[in-house]
Amino acid sequence: MTRVFISRDSTALSLGAEQVAKALAQQASSKNLSVEIVRNGSRGLFWLETLVEVETSQGRVAYGPVQAEDVASLLDAGLLEGKQHPLYLGNIEEIAYFKNQNRLTFARVGLTDPVNIDDYLAHDGYRGLKNALALHATEIVKQVTDSGLRGRGGAAFPTGIKWNTVLNAPADQKYIVCNADEGDSGTFSDRMIMEGDPFVLIEGMTIAGLAVGATQGYIYLRVEYPHAKIALNQAIEAAYKNGYLGENIQGSGKTFHLEVRSGAGAYICGEETSLLESLEGKRGLVRFKPPLPAIVGLFGKPTIVNNVISLASIPVILDKGGEYYKNYGMGRSRGTLPLQLAGNIKHPGLFEVAFGMTLRELLYDYGGGSASGRPIRAVQVGGPLGAYLHEGQFDTPLDYEAFAAISAVLGHGGIVVHDDTVNMADMARYAMEFCVEESCGKCTPCRIGSTRGVEVIDRIVDGVQKDKNTVLLRDLCDTMTYGSLCAMGGMTPFPVLSALNHFPEDFGLEAAKA
Amino acid sequence: MQDYQTQKPTVLEILDTHQAMPGNLLPILHGIQDTLGYIPPAAVVDIAKSLNLSQAEVHGVISFYHYFRETPPGEHTIRICRAESCQAMNGKALETHAKQQLGIDFHETTADGIFSLEPVYCLGNCACSPSITIDDEVIGRVTTEKFDRLLATYKGAK
Repeated sequence: MTRVFISRDSTALSLGAEQVAKALAQQASSKNLSVEIVRNGSRGLFWLETLVEVETSQGRVAYGPVQAEDVASLLDAGLLEGKQHPLYLGNIEEIAYFKNQNRLTFARVGLTDPVNIDDYLAHDGYRGLKNALALHATEIVKQVTDSGLRGRGGAAFPTGIKWNTVLNAPADQKYIVCNADEGDSGTFSDRMIMEGDPFVLIEGMTIAGLAVGATQGYIYLRVEYPHAKIALNQAIEAAYKNGYLGENIQGSGKTFHLEVRSGAGAYICGEETSLLESLEGKRGLVRFKPPLPAIVGLFGKPTIVNNVISLASIPVILDKGGEYYKNYGMGRSRGTLPLQLAGNIKHPGLFEVAFGMTLRELLYDYGGGSASGRPIRAVQVGGPLGAYLHEGQFDTPLDYEAFAAISAVLGHGGIVVHDDTVNMADMARYAMEFCVEESCGKCTPCRIGSTRGVEVIDRIVDGVQKDKNTVLLRDLCDTMTYGSLCAMGGMTPFPVLSALNHFPEDFGLEAAKA
Repeated sequence: MQDYQTQKPTVLEILDTHQAMPGNLLPILHGIQDTLGYIPPAAVVDIAKSLNLSQAEVHGVISFYHYFRETPPGEHTIRICRAESCQAMNGKALETHAKQQLGIDFHETTADGIFSLEPVYCLGNCACSPSITIDDEVIGRVTTEKFDRLLATYKGAK
């Protein structure tokens, strides 16, 4: 029996992975070849998907990008023995794009069968939980604090401090909520974890439950991710069956229950307090802070709200220790960040690396430049609320503080590349339009400011009193930044102002001085 | 449009199975839309009564979320991503082309009832922009030609 790996990741499926798997199953059976097709996660080298990996005596051998039509010639060439073919890639882990990553959180993604708990255990799974079960709650929180982990969802708040607050909040019931409403354009790392290694998230949430004394967890998953929902539910079922969820986890007397809840297409529900409102069955309106969710969260109880990647980073921290994790990174940005290269880029994919690499290295050395072959003009980092960076800023190291220093954010690590055909006034207008569409409507600067923002940008572009309107746009951005309740209204000015400052010629204004 | 009386037992059953669940309104709305394809406006009365909410509160929740709909969809729902990554790869041209080919705007259904068109803001398939979904299937690197081929396939499969 030869094991062949074909991804079940959404992106691989969107390129035809299902058809490749079917073709291989059919043709192998008609040739009486004994093949076991494992549907793994994706290695994250998306220009090579559909990737087919074969377990051979020389190790895992990859072929890609494979289409269903290629299967016959691959089998004829000796696919199952790892023989040569025009699509032959060799060991995927030896390709520079993969080899030069620091895969801590994504260590198993693409390697294992995502919903097979034995496979998870065989690849160091649940070692973090095993350690956590032997520790006192305060010691678990200490490991997380020592690791220097900051929330990977975008706000970069120290995870250990958040956990400590919940730990010390007295209550009869506490909750762990996973924010799986990854709605930023250019981001897909949460999706890849949930589809490619759901157990690591489940394990992270279980450890969080032990750390603060919470017995119930919810994964609030965006409805746009149907495949992730399937994988999560399959893994949760297996975890319950094997005593890793539910009552008396692994004989420890500890309890943790976990459930997936679907969102319904509202970007604002990625904001933690809106998310909690939505989980409670209401419109996703932002809450005033304080009180913090750590004190008054879901159903009024102390709640940890963490992003998928933050929680998925916990098992390795508890397995290898906070210090181990902290040794990656620079300054106050510790550990690794799974970066996502998207948009107009030749080699799009997921790249997990310690903080500190520059954007330029990533864009050109690994990303291979633009997909269109034209010059890269603007790069938006950190989702729709992140600033647009220009060529002169590409040497900024990927580090929270270095980005803050240039009025930019790393956010969730999404990188969207635009070539020189982009019109930046259009992108600025879109940023305001997106805020119109997705504002929860609770606060005035965001609700009304965004609508007025679209109008003011239109007037500038149409040349109507453009100097006066430019002043007005800046003033409006100022009001939104300082007067909004949450990041939606507060950060929409980031893409708008960066477009205006770096690319004024697209607005019909005088070009920026070099 | 279907008569609500024939749909009512389904709605009541979904309400019943979710009764003890904390924060059950969204799961209930998903349950109804998954089964009936949309949330019949008449169902709001039953939902409100069952959850001890006002009808305005229930309607407020349905209308807040883009995903929920109160009219029946076409046989297939096409969602086109409008977010930045897809725009960087000619997503706007695809959007215009799709509206032209289908002869409808966003939130509308073709006259033959086969396709509904909805905007979506990120499918998490940004590495292969531009992306669309047809029902639950995600499709990446969609050119205008590929879009036309897909339309023909789904029409043929009717």
